[in-house]
Amino acid sequence: MKKTTLIGAMLATTMIAGTASAQDVTLTIESWRNDDLAIWQDKIIPAFEAAHDGIKLKFTPSAPAEYNAVLNSKLDAGSAGDIITCRPFDASQALFEAGHLADISDIEGMANFSPVSKSGWSTDDAATQYCVPMASVIHGFIYNKDAFAEVGVEVPKTEAEFFAVLDKIKEDGNYTPMAMGTNDQWEAATMGYNNIGPNYWKGEEGRLALIAGDQKLTDEAWVAPYRQLAKWAPYLGDGYEAQTYPDSQNIFTLGRAAIYPAGSWEVSGFNGLADFEMGAFYPPVQNAGDTCYISDHTDIGIGMNAATPNAEAAKTFLNWVGSSEFATIFANALPGFFPLSSAPVTLEDPLAQEFISWRGECESSIRSTYQILSRGTPNLENDTWNASVAVIKGEESPEDAGKRLQEGLASWYEPQK
Amino acid sequence: MPDLQTKPKFRWYIVVFLAPAVLVYTAVMIYPLFNTLRLSLFTEIGQERVFVGLQNFRTLFGDTVWSTQFWNALGNNFWFFIVHMLVQNPIGVALAAILSHPKLRFASFYRSAIFIPTILSFVIVGFAWKLILSPIWGIAPGMLDAVGLKSLYAPWLGKEAYALTALSLVSVWQFVGIPMMLIYAALLSIPDEILEAAEVEGITGFAAFWKIKLPLILPSIGIISILTFVANFNAFDLIYAAQGALAGPDFSTDILGTFMYRTFFGFQLQLGDPHMGSTIASAMFAIILVGVCLYLFGIQSRMRRYQF
Repeated sequence: MKKTTLIGAMLATTMIAGTASAQDVTLTIESWRNDDLAIWQDKIIPAFEAAHDGIKLKFTPSAPAEYNAVLNSKLDAGSAGDIITCRPFDASQALFEAGHLADISDIEGMANFSPVSKSGWSTDDAATQYCVPMASVIHGFIYNKDAFAEVGVEVPKTEAEFFAVLDKIKEDGNYTPMAMGTNDQWEAATMGYNNIGPNYWKGEEGRLALIAGDQKLTDEAWVAPYRQLAKWAPYLGDGYEAQTYPDSQNIFTLGRAAIYPAGSWEVSGFNGLADFEMGAFYPPVQNAGDTCYISDHTDIGIGMNAATPNAEAAKTFLNWVGSSEFATIFANALPGFFPLSSAPVTLEDPLAQEFISWRGECESSIRSTYQILSRGTPNLENDTWNASVAVIKGEESPEDAGKRLQEGLASWYEPQK
Repeated sequence: MPDLQTKPKFRWYIVVFLAPAVLVYTAVMIYPLFNTLRLSLFTEIGQERVFVGLQNFRTLFGDTVWSTQFWNALGNNFWFFIVHMLVQNPIGVALAAILSHPKLRFASFYRSAIFIPTILSFVIVGFAWKLILSPIWGIAPGMLDAVGLKSLYAPWLGKEAYALTALSLVSVWQFVGIPMMLIYAALLSIPDEILEAAEVEGITGFAAFWKIKLPLILPSIGIISILTFVANFNAFDLIYAAQGALAGPDFSTDILGTFMYRTFFGFQLQLGDPHMGSTIASAMFAIILVGVCLYLFGIQSRMRRYQF
């Protein structure tokens, strides 16, 4: 008798708990940003839940390297979460084409984004949008303010000044002028070629012309960045050929180098490591007074699982991601990852603020190889890594590099044939 | 006893004892192997998997984009193998010969010390050697400087001309313990009577090694060679740990394993292509199969065996 009462009581509590949670919709968020777990749990989720009764969020990240594979198998098995964090370009587009990501072009928050920010997660014709742009990273150069003061140089505005600064630091001898290695290859392309390049190919203008087939990688605008890279080698440290990415980070944060070709994602890490004051400058332009172009690269988006049973709640959440409230929380929690919405945002971190201030001064563009152009074999992005390294090391002339990349691209990309 | 012979029973325990190994081996080795071979005959068009016969192999060997990468990887793989054959195995034999010398003190200590790297993870070995050879934090430049040979130092892992050889030697360092152990065991199994008989004939020291011991351990050296061949053509870990999937600089350390990995799983913006990846894996399988067959039928079967 006693036993049945107990079981009855237990069943009753389960029922009550069951009905309570049935009123709330729980949205599960898939992500590769396991570094951000604390930020989601402490800041983003409470802020959202406070404003939206009846919707609960659960952030379930997996390891970055495994994310694509894990997500694909979860989607195929039908066990993926309601909200999906989107890698930019082809990886997410493949998910959309396979019917895993829902078309969310019509949600209101989408109006807050410029076409450049949306390009990472829209179909090639830009008609359909399947993820809300969430964050971008900006490229430029971070410098050691103490080192600049010690050597007595100013922040360079033009290319000529840039090399004059490098020469002076080299002459002084106390600092490695620039901390970058070619061992891991991607820095040379990402922090080298795609960092300084937009100034030559005029940002979006050149990038879109390349996609349309109106410009070629052998054109001056695309070869000139290689010509500048070829001049970098003497300013990189001894043995830069075998210097890895963590090596470069350490050399700079230990105060042994003056300039670090950077992406803004370094900001939060460097803030904790460097005990000197850091500043940032955007890629120097060719002549004083030229318009500057920066690589403001779309990196994280967020979309909706097409098979979710909670589509309405998911849309409410995505809409909120497009708001300036989300942008402010996100940008301040993660200095260096900048919200893409046009809604105004204030940042407390001075270095991050410096990066984001360029958006007002310069024209934004994204990395040239990411949209459409790296879909075939040979892969243009991987080839660009390879070519940037070869050019820095002097193993390939800038012209030959351009010619090789153009041949590779033309071999499979119709508009370039 | 005769009872048992007249009534042969089916020996169930054999099946029972074999089952776990057979099942596990089938699930994790045999089925994936055949599925990989099958996958190499398909390709994906749209969202559909389509049978295309040998088209993938035609692309791999006929399309210059693919074939230059393949031959580059194969050539590098051969160089990787040659370095192991020329450096690892002779050193392994020499170490074993020294260790088996009865008058050597601390032999077991040396044996363990040399064997220990073999049990280390590739990631540790790759990372440790990257640090040792690093131009910035490494001890290699400092050590060379201490003996006045700083001019010989170069950032080896970052130079196309040296990177593959440097990594091969790292791999040799890691695995020299394996041939050493196998040869050591073979040397110990040579009966003392033979050596004593040779001594009576006046063959001692180096001559005894070249004329008596070496011919007796030749079968072991053969086995070691084929093990080296298989391990080298399946290698992947060390290169991936030290140089990443792009096997830099400029693909100079790209071997079949890294080429297959990059193709199968994709890399950075390059989306994975399981079908071309399987094609490369099948080609690797064929190369290893041919190598092992050549050895088995061409060399092993002709090798003379000595009865003690």
